[in-house]
Amino acid sequence: MTATANLAARLESLIGAHRVVAAEAELLEYAIDGMVPGAIVRPASAPEAAEVVRFAIAEKLALIPSGSRSKLELGMPPARYDLALDMTGLHEIAHYDAGDLTLSVDAGIPLRQLAKVLAEKGQFLPLAVPCYETTTVGGTIASAIDSVLRNQYGTTRDFLIGAEFVDGKAALCKSGGRVVKNVTGYDLHKLLVGSMGTLAVITRLNFRTFTLPQASGGHLAAFKDLEGASIYRAAVEKSGLPLAVLETLSPEMLALTPGVQPGNNEGFTANFDADHWWVYASYEGSEAVVPRIARDLQKLAREAAASSDQVLSASSDTHLGGILREAFDWLRWAAPAVALFRIVLPQSKPGNLAGLLSVAQESTLRSALLVRAAGIVYFALLAENDDASALHSLETPAARVFSLANTSHGHAMLLHAPLKLKSRANVWGPKRPDFAMMQRIKDSFDPQHIFAPGRFVGGI
Amino acid sequence: MTAPLLRELNSLLGPSNVLHKIEDLVLYEYDGSVEKARPDLVVFPHTTEDVSRIARLAAKYNVPIVGRGSGTGLSGGALARGGGIMLVFARMNRILELDIENARAVVQPGVINLDITRAVEHAGLYFAPDPSSQKSCTIGGNVAENAGGPHTLAYGVTVNHVTALELVLPDGEIVRVGSRHGDAPGYDLGGLFVGSEGTLALVTEITVKLTRKAEAVKTLLAIFDTVDDASHTVVEITARGITPAACEMVDGWTLCAIEDYIHAGFPRDSAAILLIEVEGLREAVEAQAAAVEDVCRTHHAREVRIAKDDRERDLLWKGRKNAFGALGRLAPSNYVLDGVIPRSKLPQALQQIQLIGKKYGFSVGNIFHAGDGNLHPIVLYDPRDAKQFENAIAASHEIIRYCVELGGALTGEHGVGMEKNELMSLLFSDADFDLMRRVHDAFNPDSSLNPGKIFPLSKGCGEIRVRKQAGALPAHV
Repeated sequence: MTATANLAARLESLIGAHRVVAAEAELLEYAIDGMVPGAIVRPASAPEAAEVVRFAIAEKLALIPSGSRSKLELGMPPARYDLALDMTGLHEIAHYDAGDLTLSVDAGIPLRQLAKVLAEKGQFLPLAVPCYETTTVGGTIASAIDSVLRNQYGTTRDFLIGAEFVDGKAALCKSGGRVVKNVTGYDLHKLLVGSMGTLAVITRLNFRTFTLPQASGGHLAAFKDLEGASIYRAAVEKSGLPLAVLETLSPEMLALTPGVQPGNNEGFTANFDADHWWVYASYEGSEAVVPRIARDLQKLAREAAASSDQVLSASSDTHLGGILREAFDWLRWAAPAVALFRIVLPQSKPGNLAGLLSVAQESTLRSALLVRAAGIVYFALLAENDDASALHSLETPAARVFSLANTSHGHAMLLHAPLKLKSRANVWGPKRPDFAMMQRIKDSFDPQHIFAPGRFVGGI
Repeated sequence: MTAPLLRELNSLLGPSNVLHKIEDLVLYEYDGSVEKARPDLVVFPHTTEDVSRIARLAAKYNVPIVGRGSGTGLSGGALARGGGIMLVFARMNRILELDIENARAVVQPGVINLDITRAVEHAGLYFAPDPSSQKSCTIGGNVAENAGGPHTLAYGVTVNHVTALELVLPDGEIVRVGSRHGDAPGYDLGGLFVGSEGTLALVTEITVKLTRKAEAVKTLLAIFDTVDDASHTVVEITARGITPAACEMVDGWTLCAIEDYIHAGFPRDSAAILLIEVEGLREAVEAQAAAVEDVCRTHHAREVRIAKDDRERDLLWKGRKNAFGALGRLAPSNYVLDGVIPRSKLPQALQQIQLIGKKYGFSVGNIFHAGDGNLHPIVLYDPRDAKQFENAIAASHEIIRYCVELGGALTGEHGVGMEKNELMSLLFSDADFDLMRRVHDAFNPDSSLNPGKIFPLSKGCGEIRVRKQAGALPAHV
């Protein structure tokens, strides 16, 4: 019996043959950065997940939980990968009190399916994240991938109110609760956000929900250069207008954005030149509020000498919002080799953005830049082939991006890069001063280091 | 006292920053809670390095440390349950940096909550978490307890407004977690340390987000003839998806006490009022105020008043925020409870609280953050009467148990401290405690920081050292 068949057989005797897969074709679908697991296990309940974790501890096996596997490439290649724990078998809504605006769901439920249930009660979760059609709630939380709505609703940390999970001792644990305000015990669930499966197997997540707005709208303004766009954006932010989405697109980003080129038939009627910078705002609220915000944005755009601006129709706004929500997904495939950074920079210094563009110019690579809310910048360096020369051409500018973020009192990480570059550049950037504290957290949750070893910051 | 530790502390900080006489120490044996515990020494550091050196001295002499801000806490979080050194941050009260452009402030832990807002309001900004004690409580205490306040309904609690911390660990090591602009790669350590009640590290510097003031605000006072109508109003406001900036309830019994003291204009003959504030763009505020008024009228509000100017609004809030002081006029002491429930369960919870009060012979007042489901029943009692005190505690425990039965939690904003640590088993299993203990021990392995808090003494950190009576230090000190 091969090692894989042997592993699968023992798992089958543990939780049943129908929950274990070891066929090669399926194993390949769970590969992470070229590493293929020895078996896939699909638990149907939290106790079953705990059983698998207990087995992994006893056998010293490395285990990586996953949902729809839409973002498995995030993070570093795993140091070891024996078991894929497919959590999509846990997909129930455990509790939904629409009157209290609170919700408790299994980690494996697809976000799209959940949204439908919430919409029936006129509610939603502000998780407008990439890979939206397939992603699970658990994967969204574990990856902490940005929601385009964060300008208004904050990050998951702000509306995740509790969690249940299996820790590295195979114990079923919980943190927080199902109430919107709670300081009972340590907020361990906050540590799970963005932890990339390295602390625990998330089995259930509790949220506060939000009411769907009565109305929404969108506005686009075009500027002939970065400076104009930055002046406008600063004025918009200072105005205090409540904007759900606020994004700045460089001309190169615009050229890459699928289906929104100027002059097409998606409703972008104003005179948007292809070499301009675009600032897109989307907003929501009552019937009275939406036109007021539109008026104010038009006024601010004209004061900032926009070369053109337009209030979007509802369908154009939905269309553009959906495309920008998916930016991570399409940017990573926008050229044969792409280094896609997520950078956090002080909002008040547009000079930092110019610095990023000059990194690309000096390297002769194409680049594209998208500024999201709260100083978050998506910056893509694009190489025209994926051979060794591409790796070489990406490596030096990538190092400069990390360095520029650091000296600007911000930080950077690589969301996507060719595998060879990932290993050499370290996608998480340089170790931060609190790294030793993170190791302590890892050791507390997962003393045997069985969860997704090597994928997280500093090799955690 | 000529003990070596005192000598070393005096030499480190200067005698003016060290208290050791009993008449000084008794001032630090209580906070806003009903608990008492006396420290052996009180010290006032001025810098992070002072804090680090004090931690190292405490480790050397095997003496616990408890951090403290203004001592306004309501769960005994800042009491020296294990005796030892009380480290008071009152003299680390500088605002270190205001970054208006990026809406950040970097402050020392002893800065008073409201002083942050005062320092930035000229730029149209403010610090959103607003506990009732905001004129006197410190940001360090807010961070330790993850403090809330009336306006956290819309703006979130302290943790939602903190992006970075500087910490001193029990061995004196100084570390920084988080980042000024947020979203640093790695685990959300700030999310763990905020609200850890001083049991993991001492916080010596805090970076907070500043919030832009809303363009318009309306404050509504809705007056009801029954508590039930008021609570059903809150349920419907929530269910309709109206999110006011604040939604506070005060019952009739408490209103009378406030009126006698503050003269805020609350009606003396009503059963309950709701103080509801809506904020945002002018158009949104108009629409929300109309929607709120509609819900109030549907549930038989006798009257809905709208504050006509800032003066009237400030007076209403003064009445709300000074309510606990007002109650102090009625009895030698009051016990402010803190439970949290799903908001849809509010009417039944308020009915049950009255029944529990009656059972133990108390009139229970209610003044609380109704929009969050965060209850604050108040029991008036005389602490000199042992039986009354015992009954007050028993009533409190029964109310908190009921909150948990409804799907709620032990505390919404006051913290567990030494008030509710023995109730933690109502919510948490042995496995939960085991993981929390491992996280605790990863930073505070000897329980030298704030021992005897959060964990039940029987289940928590085996090393928790709690003396029955605070008193003299160990002989070798």
